[in-house]
Amino acid sequence: MDAMIARLTDGLSRRAFVLLAGLLAVLLAAPWIANDYLLTVLIVILYLAYTGQAWNIMMGFAGQLSLGHAIYAGLGAYIPAVLFTRLGIGPWVGLLAAVPVAAACGAIIGFLAFRFGVAGVYFAILTIAFAEFARIGFDHLTFVNASAGLFLPVAQLAHNDLWRLRGSPTMFYYVILAATVFALILSRLLLRSRVGYFWLAIREDEQAARAAGIDTFRYKMYAVMISAAVTSFAGVFYAFFYNNLFPEQVFNISRSIEMILGPIIGGIGTLFGPILGAFVLTGLAESVTSAMAAFGLDLPGAKQIFYGVCLLLVVVALPEGIWPSLARRLGIGERER
Amino acid sequence: MGLGVYLNVAVAGLLTGLVYGLMALGLSVIFGVVRVVNFAHGEMMSIAMYIAVVLFSSFHLDPLVMLVPIAAVMFVFGYTLQAGLINPFITRPEHSQFLLVVALAIIIVNALLIIFGPDARTVQTSYAYDSFELGAVIVDASKAYAAAAAIVVTTALFAFFRFTLIGKAIRACADNYTGALVVGLNVNHLYALTFALGAACVGAAGTMMTLITDVTPALGPGYTLLAFVIVITGGLGSMPGALIGGVLIGLTEALAGLLFTPSAKSMFAFGILVLVLLFRPQGILGRRLV
Repeated sequence: MDAMIARLTDGLSRRAFVLLAGLLAVLLAAPWIANDYLLTVLIVILYLAYTGQAWNIMMGFAGQLSLGHAIYAGLGAYIPAVLFTRLGIGPWVGLLAAVPVAAACGAIIGFLAFRFGVAGVYFAILTIAFAEFARIGFDHLTFVNASAGLFLPVAQLAHNDLWRLRGSPTMFYYVILAATVFALILSRLLLRSRVGYFWLAIREDEQAARAAGIDTFRYKMYAVMISAAVTSFAGVFYAFFYNNLFPEQVFNISRSIEMILGPIIGGIGTLFGPILGAFVLTGLAESVTSAMAAFGLDLPGAKQIFYGVCLLLVVVALPEGIWPSLARRLGIGERER
Repeated sequence: MGLGVYLNVAVAGLLTGLVYGLMALGLSVIFGVVRVVNFAHGEMMSIAMYIAVVLFSSFHLDPLVMLVPIAAVMFVFGYTLQAGLINPFITRPEHSQFLLVVALAIIIVNALLIIFGPDARTVQTSYAYDSFELGAVIVDASKAYAAAAAIVVTTALFAFFRFTLIGKAIRACADNYTGALVVGLNVNHLYALTFALGAACVGAAGTMMTLITDVTPALGPGYTLLAFVIVITGGLGSMPGALIGGVLIGLTEALAGLLFTPSAKSMFAFGILVLVLLFRPQGILGRRLV
């Protein structure tokens, strides 16, 4: 335990520590300051920060581009939701079922791809194919109400029931905040572990990593499975926060794209990039939406165009993302890059 | 259901598959030469489809007649896109190129959504309900014209790459980038030209597609995936492979729609993709030649 804490804080400058603690304090206090609207926006931001970190484990650390992460979130949403609506089993027990299923699903995709030498863009397309397969499959699965959608009984807001995840937005906010902190800690521990160094070696040059004696197949499998398992919790949260699930939405390719935008804009492979990216992207998108509402404009695709333009600008102008240059300016550069 | 039904559906699938093949051919040409995965391919096809629909509804210009003009417009679009935006990315890592094109795709889909709204648009030609009878097989006239046009365009493209000097120069770029630079080819121009040709292909395919099906902005990503499924199935970079892949996927979708339910048909296309990626990753005719 001490070794773990040492590994967590080692190499973290005092300034970085203070900034992180400050941010956490602000986020912890947010429900007292923020109104309902802002709190909902914060929940969306933290949700994307969490999923972004989960995706970042696979792409940012191990260099495996997945464009089908919606499948893991989708499984994580559907399994506990079905257990809850059919058998009355609570979400945390459902999570225990969702995590192994998502990890197994990641293992299947990873095994098929890595064993048969499917890499790079082909791998990305394979991940999309699986997610699309799941989307259409669930759309025809009458057991989960197919395309008609699965609905969870809406919560009575009288009191917060953390065990059954029924309650006020404030409760959900703290749950997703805790998850985001957990993902940050996990990411840092992973990155500073033996596995993490192997991942970076694979990301930088897989041939060389293999030549150096790293079992690249095994470590790529770890990356997919861990990333899938972490992502599945986001699905649980999604199911119990929104209370309705449609395959067309949950498994949609745009869910996968949304998950990866934050880390890309923040900085792929960095620890704080996914979190920063989620704040920047959602913050800007919400400002655009409210600005348009203020001018009485209602254009359904405008937010997505904005996402597209942001992505375009970042890819063209800041290929490393925002965080690396911002971190240098703050004097807290991440050394593991 | 008699054998005749299956035969009819198979023929319809084959004809649609030829148009799919032309669409995928554009993707294959771009990837084979420029080595950029055009993840906005289906979205580019949507643009062509909307141009065809608007020309028809406003000026009653038949898509068959507008095939060449629309392909020309897409040619210019493709050239500009490659020369202006994508070219600096050629030496960037794969995922970086990929994201650039994904960003483009997102912008195109939603721009179309804002301009045309979410409702399906369609082209109602005078021959929309005509058909030919060949023995037991009834062939839909629109599909037959679309497939015939697809074959003509494909043949023209094959001839271009085979017999013209520019075609040869483009193939040289694909075979050896450095070598092409050394012998003094204007690689940037040739790349842009290739991207333009790919865009023209997808423009022609989109124009023909309006004869077969209606168009909504949301269809773009689906067509992109379909084009990838076809090209990977046939073999990325192989021109005949794209056509064969198109026909194979067209047939599979049509028969799956008949045997199961039409809404599940793309599941079978993805199933084929997974099988091909696993057992023959280079595709049916995959080699590294244009």
